Amino acid sequence: MKRFIVAMLLTLAAGLAQAQANLEINTPAINALKKAMGERHNQLAPFYASGAVGISRDGGVVLRDANAVPLPQRAAANSAVAAENADRTSLYKEIARANGKPEWEGEIRNTFAQRWIEKAQPGWYVQNAQGQWVRK
Amino acid sequence: MNLSTPALMLIAVPALCLSACVTINIYFPAAAAEKAADRIIDEVYQLKGAEAAKPPAGQAPVTDAKPAEKK
Repeated sequence: MKRFIVAMLLTLAAGLAQAQANLEINTPAINALKKAMGERHNQLAPFYASGAVGISRDGGVVLRDANAVPLPQRAAANSAVAAENADRTSLYKEIARANGKPEWEGEIRNTFAQRWIEKAQPGWYVQNAQGQWVRK
Repeated sequence: MNLSTPALMLIAVPALCLSACVTINIYFPAAAAEKAADRIIDEVYQLKGAEAAKPPAGQAPVTDAKPAEKK
């Protein structure tokens, strides 16, 4: 009997630990979004560096200074920003869905928002809690 | 009301675990989300694991190539 209880405890503890340790992020939809965003990053990186595009506090990106983009590239910058934001929204939604908790989407977005900013490179513009743009 | 220890455990343990499960379901797993976010962001920003695929530093940025203009 004692052994049974111990075994049960261990099983449950392991299950709980696992449930807390990871979110499911390995689904075809999430991987596809990740890939698209990774490829787009090459296009966005110079805009981050020039300050034309900033990392917003709500988990997206913003064309904050269109004048910093040479005129011929402006349309491309605009559409890259729009596509990036659409993918990010889908990503947050997909992660929530993959974990069976669609209601987590907002909190996942908030978590990502902080981490995007945290991991932004020096020189990039990020939005602080008050909505102001600061150069990292 | 003289419950032996094993019998008490039989009641208490599942009850405890059940409440833990409920907690997990209700509360957002912030630490796990942060870890997941970091993994994805590292890949998108190409901070880790993608080093080998990166062109050597000093090369012209890939992005200067303008997309083919539509006629």
